[in-house]
Amino acid sequence: MYKKMILVMVAIVMALSVFSGCTGDNDGDGDAVSKLKIGVVYIGNISEPVGFSTEHYKGIMAAAKSLGIKESQILQREEVSDNDESCKEVFESLIANGCNVIIGTSYGYGTYMNDLANDPAYKDIIFMHCSGEYKNDVNFSNFFGRMYQARYLTGIVAGLKTETNKIGYVAAVGIPEVIRGINAFTLGVKSVNPDAEVIVRWTNTWGNPSIEKSTAETLISEGCDVITQHQDTDAAQIAARENKVWAIGYHSDMAVSSKEYNLTSAIWNLEAYYEQQFTDIINGEWKPGVAYWGGIKEGVVDIAPLSDNVAEGTQAKVDEVLAKFKDGSFDVFANYEIKDQDGNVKVTADTKLTDEELLSMMWFVEGVVGTID
Amino acid sequence: MIIASYIYIAVRVSIPVLLGITGAIFNEKAGNTNLGIEGMMYMGAFAGFYTAVATNSVIMTLIAACLFGAFGALIYAFATVSLRTNQVVAGLSLTIFGQGVARFLGNTLSGGKGESVRIPDAVTQKVSWKIPVLKDIPFLGRALFGYDMIIYLSIVLVVIAYFYINKTRTGLNLRAVGENPAAADAAGINVSLYKYVHICIGGAFCGLAGAYIGVVYLTTWGNNMIAGKGWIAVALVIFASWNPLKAIYGSLLFGITSLIALRFQDSPISPYLLEMLPYLVTVIILVITSVKIKKENQQPASCGVNYFREER
Repeated sequence: MYKKMILVMVAIVMALSVFSGCTGDNDGDGDAVSKLKIGVVYIGNISEPVGFSTEHYKGIMAAAKSLGIKESQILQREEVSDNDESCKEVFESLIANGCNVIIGTSYGYGTYMNDLANDPAYKDIIFMHCSGEYKNDVNFSNFFGRMYQARYLTGIVAGLKTETNKIGYVAAVGIPEVIRGINAFTLGVKSVNPDAEVIVRWTNTWGNPSIEKSTAETLISEGCDVITQHQDTDAAQIAARENKVWAIGYHSDMAVSSKEYNLTSAIWNLEAYYEQQFTDIINGEWKPGVAYWGGIKEGVVDIAPLSDNVAEGTQAKVDEVLAKFKDGSFDVFANYEIKDQDGNVKVTADTKLTDEELLSMMWFVEGVVGTID
Repeated sequence: MIIASYIYIAVRVSIPVLLGITGAIFNEKAGNTNLGIEGMMYMGAFAGFYTAVATNSVIMTLIAACLFGAFGALIYAFATVSLRTNQVVAGLSLTIFGQGVARFLGNTLSGGKGESVRIPDAVTQKVSWKIPVLKDIPFLGRALFGYDMIIYLSIVLVVIAYFYINKTRTGLNLRAVGENPAAADAAGINVSLYKYVHICIGGAFCGLAGAYIGVVYLTTWGNNMIAGKGWIAVALVIFASWNPLKAIYGSLLFGITSLIALRFQDSPISPYLLEMLPYLVTVIILVITSVKIKKENQQPASCGVNYFREER
């Protein structure tokens, strides 16, 4: 009896495996789109409503959809830690599953992606890394967005809105990316409201909603009437709404979180970038060795539509600066006097910070209340 | 005025920890070390969230959260009391299980990827109803009467838990089960039943803690909602010396020290030291409490050891 059952089961398994063997090859040949298999590794969770990983996910999916890449051609791995070598196995498993394009979306993946990209066995696989500095001339490029430009615009919105002249900034971790955002935001505030100051509080975590919320609440209790953030959750936005102060979001349009207290958000817009990359790959024109750092002009970052809560004249001012960003006649850290917290002049009327200086920025501009450890 | 605001923030941060400690005390008083507090909080957070979105009813939300938390505890109780598996391992598994269940089900809540799930405003408004006149008293108003009803409910529940454990007959029996189950068994106490019931009550407290974090405090679904509060509760049980009333100070102290860390970031003291503060204070107090050895301040003697009648 048992033997019979086992026999039947073996037969079923065999039959199924024959079928699955058949289905593999009927794509035909020559179609570059259907040959594409994209593996994406996220640090966060893409089912969360807002955040960095979610924005990448949305961008990749939208780009894939408009190019006719099927969902089954995209393999995704979420919540992959970038602290240690274990992420390497995740990348290798994607390659083993047939991926020929690998996208890593967190800074810490860089060294491990670099190892893999330089491995001769993987020379035909395209590696794309977000927010890192590694690249090579064979199959590896990196990319990121000049989010500080969007931050500057949201700073204008905050500076015109604040009445207490105190703006709270819930910030994650003291690395150049975050500091750059704080500085640009503060310069934006100062450009329209020289009396206002930006109070920075570190949470020392990227995503712990309870800590983010209580940090925002402390800032509000100290008199801040506009709250913005560099965090992966929207807890600070919720705190702002609960305490009836204004909120400026980040990563995604956080109007959904702060609702009637929303001003605007500094947002990613990665669809255009990914669509261009995928198109280049399909056409065989993709270039390795590129360090792409696109800003407002390129459409990688943007400011979300302003809400009705903004102060009068905000839209006009934002549009004016936006136009200057687009035609290249203005940039945040260029060609006007910028001092650091101690009063040292860092930028003058005819100098600007280079990309290297921006990428290693570890000082606050005048007007920021807070310290970097 | 600003101090009143700080107290307000600190209390709201502390309440889930307080409920978690009380849940853990119920477990340990029954002789079970339960490291699954975090997992049960996650389960409660999910159940509360789901019910709030589906029914818009605060009472249903609280009941569902307690029941789902208790359900997690029931699994743990079955494993440790009936099957006599190792309590540490079963508790750790419960943490991983609870977190996994909450994330899995929570992500299906949203329907599609990247869609946000929020507590309906109707529920938030009902929950955040405040005592009308008292809350406007200057200074004291916000610090004493400015909270949502669930905070007062939680404190009442914790006080009831104290009286139940220390002042009632069943509480005495419960403590006997935790100290010496064999003696309790000989005295005619149904050891398994006591363990099951109180582990589940503990789970209900944890579920309520999770619902507080998810439904009342954060109001957006996130995968990292609890973020270690359950583990802090496990540690603070010792600080509270298995007494729910002391848990009130314990959790408040934790809330206040973590706010101090936020407030004094601009000072010359290293922020890392400040961030250690809540944990440092916990450790120091643990040391002090363990130096003063008092019989009634100790962990229940049979904690961590499964009772097996045939081994007497």
